[in-house]
Amino acid sequence: MTDEPVRSIRTAVALDYRYTPGLAASRFLRAVAEGRLIGQRCPVCGKVYIPPRGSCPTDGVPTEEEVELADRGVVTTFCVVNVPFTGHQIEMPYVAASILLDGADIAFQHLIQGIPADQVRIGMRVEAVWRPRSEWGPSLENIAHFRPCAT
Amino acid sequence: MSDVLSAPHRLEYPYRRSVGPILGRFLAGLREGRIEGIRARDGRVLVPPQEYDPVTAEALDEWVPVGPGGEVVSWAWIAEPLPKQPLPRPFAWALIRLDGADTSLLHVVDAGAPEQMQTGMRVTPRWRDERVGDVRDIQCFVPVAG
Repeated sequence: MTDEPVRSIRTAVALDYRYTPGLAASRFLRAVAEGRLIGQRCPVCGKVYIPPRGSCPTDGVPTEEEVELADRGVVTTFCVVNVPFTGHQIEMPYVAASILLDGADIAFQHLIQGIPADQVRIGMRVEAVWRPRSEWGPSLENIAHFRPCAT
Repeated sequence: MSDVLSAPHRLEYPYRRSVGPILGRFLAGLREGRIEGIRARDGRVLVPPQEYDPVTAEALDEWVPVGPGGEVVSWAWIAEPLPKQPLPRPFAWALIRLDGADTSLLHVVDAGAPEQMQTGMRVTPRWRDERVGDVRDIQCFVPVAG
């Protein structure tokens, strides 16, 4: 038994980075820490980007005008996740969605909960469910998930 | 700039790789404190062993006990080890040709200082107390006199 050949070995790899989101995203995250969602408007095409990256990918110009956005919007597309993976932290199945906030011109990713996964649909109105204020930090995790809403 | 946030970000890949029957037996041998090579078709003893002959590509199966001592063929001194490297103090990476082998094994030599390292020097393995079937079951090699 002790001479049984070894079948496999662990060859784990870990890369330690220090992530810096840049000036625009830092301002966005600081606002999120206060419960506000801040986008930026392009001075050329007028589109509002969230999270802001500091420039317009279409026009290549700085986006300096800040726009406060509602914490509600519409589902533009979604994915029902049924397959567990190493390190996953959310109960299966869950719904990851692209959500277009009212006043924004680009969707961002978040979770949809408060509704069975098979009832989520494109075009559904959703609103943010914020975690308790005492748990807030400079992170979109301040929003626990989005849930369906009437308007 | 104090306006810009930053945060630590660790990216981890929990890989596990299968080793195949030949390395599988080699690693099981290490677990027992035994080092084995495999004989190639031209008579050379390969350590670490290979599954197929490097020249003819024939499957190999003639096992040969080697070592445990050997000779340093080449080495590089690591003056400032990184966190996940095998020893927390300065060491040498070395190619070690074990007694009875014709190829070299890459491993660690715990020599204390680069002045103690020399091509051709004799070394012997320092085994871990708890072995699991991994090349790190040999914690490192250490110099021997003579």
